[in-house]
Amino acid sequence: MRYITPLKAAKGLGAAGPSTGTLHHWTLTVTSVGLAILTPAFLLVMGSAIGLPRAGVLAYFSQPYPAIVTALFLIVGMYHFVKGTRNMIDDYLDGTERKVAIIFSEIFGWAVIAAAGYALARMALTAIIL
Amino acid sequence: MGDIPRGNRPLSPHLQVYRLPISAVTSILNRATGHAMLAGVLLLVWWLVAAVTSERAFLTADWVLRSWFGFIVLVGSLWSLWFHFLAGIRHFFYDAGHMLEIDQGQKTSWAIIWGSVILTVISLLLFFFG
Repeated sequence: MRYITPLKAAKGLGAAGPSTGTLHHWTLTVTSVGLAILTPAFLLVMGSAIGLPRAGVLAYFSQPYPAIVTALFLIVGMYHFVKGTRNMIDDYLDGTERKVAIIFSEIFGWAVIAAAGYALARMALTAIIL
Repeated sequence: MGDIPRGNRPLSPHLQVYRLPISAVTSILNRATGHAMLAGVLLLVWWLVAAVTSERAFLTADWVLRSWFGFIVLVGSLWSLWFHFLAGIRHFFYDAGHMLEIDQGQKTSWAIIWGSVILTVISLLLFFFG
């Protein structure tokens, strides 16, 4: 007699896994709506900034609207990116490779967020000090 | 189920064994564009960080951003962003249970392809002549 039931084969996989799939999908949906609203604004801001000399770029992003739109788009965008790469990682990788890929995807995403946040904060705060 | 031959069968038939109808192409492109956009984001974040670093750093980043290489990366990312934007909006309809018929999927696929091209051209016209 086998004491192991078919439940053993299902546990830890799919919906019987860590059960974060629904939240993951919902997070992607919520960030999608935010990014859909932000996309035209971000493109117009970047369109105004590209081509300016350095002093012009610093002055432009020291204003509230360009700084906030850019910060929101890049932070929410990279968060959405990390959640999206997770989908791809889950599709193509398994075991330790999957874990390593998830970890580095998260680290990379937050590094980009930190870099963008630092640059924008410095432009905004320098303008206040001056 | 002992009479089913189980040896040498592909575990999970994937891209290489399916024909690719247009809805499959746009589904794959949605993931591809989502990842490809990272090139443009990295270029812009580097440019922003360079702007608060030094004049020399900014001139280097600005030169790359406005070179033919930067143009290809930014226009590629721009198209990717609009494609991902439209394909993401289609996912809102999918999630709500709409547009799931085969003919609807084909129509929306072509709408996403042409829509992303049109939005990219409009964005570029606004940038260069707006």
